[in-house]
Order: sequence, then structure tokens, then C-alpha cells
Amino acid sequence: MAKLIETEEENLLAEAARSLLDKSAPLSHLRHMRDSGARSDPALWQEMVAAGWAGVLIPEAAGGVDMGHAAAHVLAREMGRTLTVSPFLSTAVMAATLLRQFDDATTKARLEKIASGGLTYAFALDETAKFAPDSIQLTAKKRGNGYTLNGKKRFVVDGCDADRILILAESEEGPCLFDFANTATKGLQRDALEMIDSRDAADLTFDEVEVTGDALLGAAGAGYDILKPALEAGQAALAAETVGLSQAAFDLTSSYLKERKQFGTTIGSFQALQHRAAHLWCEIELTKSAVLNAGRVLDETPKEARLAVSVAKARATDTAQKSVQEGVQMHGGIGMTDAFDMGFYMKRARVAAEWLGDYGYHAGIVAQLRGF
Amino acid sequence: MATVEDHTPPTSEDFRHEIRNWLQQNCPAEMRDGAAGEDSICWGGSTWEFTSEAQKDWLERCAARGLTVPTWPKAYGGAGFSRDQDKILKEEMQAIGARVPLQSFGIWMLGPALLKFGSEEQKQQYLPPIARGEIRWCQGYSEPGAGSDLAGVQCHAADQGDTWLVNGQKIWTSYADRADWIFALLRTDREAKKHLGISFVLIDMRSEGVSTRPIQLISGASPFCETFFDNVTVPKQQVVGTINRGWDVAKYLLTHEREMISSGGNAMGTGRALGAVLSESETGQGDPVLRGGAMRAEVDSLAFEMTLERYKDQAEGGQGVGDASAMLKYMGTELNKQRLELVMEAEGSAALTWGETPASAWLRTKANSIEGGTSEVMLSIISRRILNLPG
Repeated sequence: MAKLIETEEENLLAEAARSLLDKSAPLSHLRHMRDSGARSDPALWQEMVAAGWAGVLIPEAAGGVDMGHAAAHVLAREMGRTLTVSPFLSTAVMAATLLRQFDDATTKARLEKIASGGLTYAFALDETAKFAPDSIQLTAKKRGNGYTLNGKKRFVVDGCDADRILILAESEEGPCLFDFANTATKGLQRDALEMIDSRDAADLTFDEVEVTGDALLGAAGAGYDILKPALEAGQAALAAETVGLSQAAFDLTSSYLKERKQFGTTIGSFQALQHRAAHLWCEIELTKSAVLNAGRVLDETPKEARLAVSVAKARATDTAQKSVQEGVQMHGGIGMTDAFDMGFYMKRARVAAEWLGDYGYHAGIVAQLRGF
Repeated sequence: MATVEDHTPPTSEDFRHEIRNWLQQNCPAEMRDGAAGEDSICWGGSTWEFTSEAQKDWLERCAARGLTVPTWPKAYGGAGFSRDQDKILKEEMQAIGARVPLQSFGIWMLGPALLKFGSEEQKQQYLPPIARGEIRWCQGYSEPGAGSDLAGVQCHAADQGDTWLVNGQKIWTSYADRADWIFALLRTDREAKKHLGISFVLIDMRSEGVSTRPIQLISGASPFCETFFDNVTVPKQQVVGTINRGWDVAKYLLTHEREMISSGGNAMGTGRALGAVLSESETGQGDPVLRGGAMRAEVDSLAFEMTLERYKDQAEGGQGVGDASAMLKYMGTELNKQRLELVMEAEGSAALTWGETPASAWLRTKANSIEGGTSEVMLSIISRRILNLPG
């Protein structure tokens, strides 16, 4: 396996990403979006598209740059630092990974459209308050050449503004995945959610919604198998984003420890805080390794990535929560104010923890793969 | 036929093939049981009693090929392997469950210190007997009054012209009662600042005036001793590095020791995977609290192993691990302690007797976060040297 250190290429990519994000999407941008009621920023996405980010996992033949998962993780991590809102994860990571399994003309055209910034995707997966893609209740009933969908999807990230939605449904032939235009459709009710992280998410209710046969991706019954690589790619990239978040929250805290004076001295000279900060740094180090490893495994032996991905997502979830909780506590009162940024990190960490499987879900997979 | 010893093969696959053949031909069947526990270790030394003919053969065959210290130069008893080659050797040994032929403080600690700070004469004199397992070394660092504050050592070496006259006491000297020689931190200048008056000195344990007394631990074992020096005469040339700059050598070795303790962390104790312990225990699977703890420990251990891998890759890329070894030591030992707590819990009352139970290993792990620098010292190193928090 390639070494667990970042390559020169990856370092350059990170630098380029940082300079774009610091200019066009610093954390103050998210604050501004929240205050003005915007849940997405199409102009910012076009900037990322121009930098090639939308095509990071799309084959060159379909207009992408095909740099691989480790590179996608570098971008996700940098976006985690600045809490940048974009369709990157759902579209450039998950949808691209999913669609590139097919080589028909329609799919190729969609990949091209993603890479050129003309198409975004959301995934409709959850049906309860927890991620459980292997127990789906939303039904797809065969009707002539097409299907009729009935049921409810919750917490559909990017569900309001994405151009298309990939829906996991249960049919008589087993799980099916539908690729569906996210426009006004008879029987489809879309409820925008007012999320704590100020991002786009929706609940979708399907009441006798009719879809044509060509909306079905791959074979009927193979929905979950087709979805799996996209889920793993998304989970790992979300772990990378969350590491960026943990590091940024930690950097804020560590600077504050060096500035803030109480009892006539900087609070960072108190051992009670030093040891907690040092422990947190250690936690972040371990999580960085897990994310690096997941990227390498996804690029080299994607069929064996399950363990690496779940270790990364579990660790990233846990570390981010520690980082933001310690962040608020060590900042004291100012950490609780809306005027200060730590709250934004805390809210995003909470949402990222639940999306695509929480700590328990991924630790459970690890336990299972390790024989207990 | 080409041998491991006389050339560096063109590709790593050829190299792996050669190593595999050599192991097949030379590793005795009894040495392929994958044992890594305290009882299976070959420590070597002049008083060593081999537990079997196979253990003796295995050591001699490996030593003849330089495989007890694969990365040391051939001139000093090693095989001159690169880190990649060393990794291949370890993988191939692991694949057949081969025991480590020889373990010692000479290999882990004194060797690296001599390779970096020793004179050519010292390297020639001391390294080959370590590689062959003929001389067993112990480490004389801590004193009753200098534990976490190691630079406060008081054990004194008085300048007698051509010799030192050593008086004082060391404590926690691992296996001093079975060692042939000791490498010790001695106070050679009482007037200088405490870090600048220490020398790194090699002392023959058979010298007149050296005595040892084992310390019994809560685990029942006595791996550590108190060591006393009563008017011991030591030749001047047995100082490694510059006189009064022994702290540089000590710091280098402590970094090395931390990496060693952390990487050995998971092999300590019972050496069995947590999953196996849990699924075979009478109670393990049914207890949701225990299962939750084990899941967390497993996630953390895997991330820790990836971190060891990442740091090794960094070191190979020329970026030393440096102060971050404090993190490896801290996290590795804490995770290992936690793991043995879970093992004890999984085995319930079946683990509460001495003998073939994890009890002794569980108790022994409690020292992991004390020896080689406590967890608290590690956290202080991280906060000062890595996070640059005001000290």
C-alpha cells in the first residue's frame, strides 16, 4: 500500500484548496449565508467546479480529473476547516462514485454534467432517525414499464436544491435505486428542514409517485450493491471533512490558551488545561491516520475498504465531538456566544456525526469484521 | 545459491522469496508457535539458560546471518537491511509464527545509542556481543529521588584521573540481577545545571561494589531491581559521547524507548485479539456494556496501529518522529491498559486466579504508563514541545 504520508501532489492540492476557500468561503461566509437565509451557494460551487473539484472522482473520458479518493479527502478536509457549504460530498464524491460503475451513454452524460457543474445530486436513504440502509420500508411497486413509490425519506442532505435525487426503495425483487429529477412531481412532498448546521436537508414523502422504468439504476434487486461503493466513499470523505473540522476547532482553542489571561497569567500555563489539550491533540493524530488509511485503501483495494472506512468514520465522529466540546469549555463564556465561531463547528460536528452512520453504527461494523 | 547475507537482491519479491526459503530451512519447528509471552523470550547473556535446544539453534542461526539485529551494519553483527527489508523479514517471520530469536535492552537501547554516539572502538567492542546474545545489558536510569524528574539523578561518579569512582543507587533497573553490564546515567558534575552534569557510562556488573536486589511487583513478577554502587571503579573510556553531555544520549534513548513501548503495547499482555477473547468467554457476548467498551477499544486500537504505520512511513521519508513519540507512548500504553481491563471483565471470575489467566498480564500493564516516562510526563512533553503552550 502507498505510504501513509501525504504526497507532494496532495500537499499542493491542499494549498490550492486552502487559498480558494480562504478567499471565497471562509467561515464568515457560512455565517453570512445563515443570517441571510441561504442554504446553498451556486456561485461558490461554480468556482470549485472551475478548479476541477467536481470531477475529482470522475474519469477523464467523462470530463473529470480522476484524482482518486485520497485527493477528494484532501479537499473535504479543507472544506471541513472552513465549514464550507457545497454539493461536493453528495455530488462529486457519492454520486460520481455511484455513477461511474455504469458505462452507458446516459450515465456518461450525467458524469460529464457533474464535472462541468451542470448537475448536482442528493441521496434519499434514511427513513428513521438513524441511518439503516439495509432495512428500507419505502416501496417501489412495479406498474407497467415503471414503478410507483410510496413511503417517506428523512434527513435527505441537499434534498431541496439538488437537481436529482437517488432514492433507495424496496421492491418485490429486492432493493432498487432510482435516479429521479428533483422537480415538482405529483405525489411528492418536499419539506425543507431548518437544520442546526444551516445546511440544506429535506424530508421527502412519496404518495403514489410514478417513475418510469429508465429511472431504475442497474438491475432491480441490486440497489444496495450499487449503492455500497458510494456510501463508503461518502463516509470516508465525511470523515475527512470532520477531521478538518476537529483540527480547526482545536487550533482555535490552542490559540486561545496562549492568549487568554486569568489569575495574572495565560490560561495555557495551567496543567489542568495543558494535559487536556495534549490528549485532544493525540486523539486528532490517531484520527488523521485512520482517514489517511481509508483514502489509500479506497484508491488501491476499494472492495476491501469496509473496515478502513468504518474505523475512519467512527474515529472522526468521536474526535470531532471531543474537539468541539473541549473547545467550548476551554473558551469559557465566549465559547457559548453566537458571535464566536466555535458554535458553528459544534453544530456541524453533530450533523456530520449522524449523516451516513453514527459512531455506534460504524463501531458495530468494526466489531463484526473483527469477530465479535 | 544466493543467500540473504551476501547481496542485496534486485527486487523486494526476490528478497521476500529468499527470506522465506531461509526461514523454512533454518527456523526450528518449536520456534514457530507464535509465542510472544514473557516465558518465550530469549534474553541472552552469559548466564542465560536456553529453554530448549531449538531456542539455542534459532539464536545461533539468526546471529550468524545478522538477523538478531537486521538493520545494524554488517560490521557490527547486523544484516545491513533497509527498513523495507526489515519489514519484509518481520512479515515473513510473522507468517510462520516464528519467535523473535533474541530480545534485549542491548538491541533496543544501548545499540542505537552506541550507533549514534559511540566511538568506533566502542562499537567494535560492544555491538557484536549484543547481536550474538552473549552480553546482556540493563538500564540504570531512575533513582529513588529521580523518577519523572530523571535529570535530577544523584548517583555520583567522582573523577579519579583515569577512572571514575561510582557511589549511589539506581532503581527500576530491569533484570539487573541477570545482566552482565549496565548503561547508567551518572552525575559527573555537581556544580553544573542539572541537565549538563550527567554522563552516560557503561559498567561491568561484576565490578567490585555492585549489588542488586529484585523488587516484587503486584503482578507477582520481579522484572525490576534496585542496583547499588559502593565505591565502584570504572575506566574513563567507558563514557559514551561527551562527558557531562550524557543527557543528550539519554533523551535520544528515551525517544527510542517510547516508540518501542508503544509499538510493543499490543503484543504485551495475553497477545490475543479482543474479539477472540470476547467470543470465547462465558459472559463476553451477552453483556452490552462490555461489548460497547470492546467496540470502542477495537476502533481505537486499529487507529493506533495505523498511526504507528504512518509514523514509520514518516520516519522513512526522513521526517523523524521526534517529540511525537510521546504521543505513541501515551496512547499505546493507555490503550493496552484498557484492553487488559476488558479482557479481565470478559473472563469474569475465571480470571481471578494465578496461573493460566490474564491476571498477571493485567497487573503488569499498569506499569506501562509509568515506565519510560509517565503518561503525565508525556502529556507535558506534548503540550510544551508540540503545542508550544507556556511552560
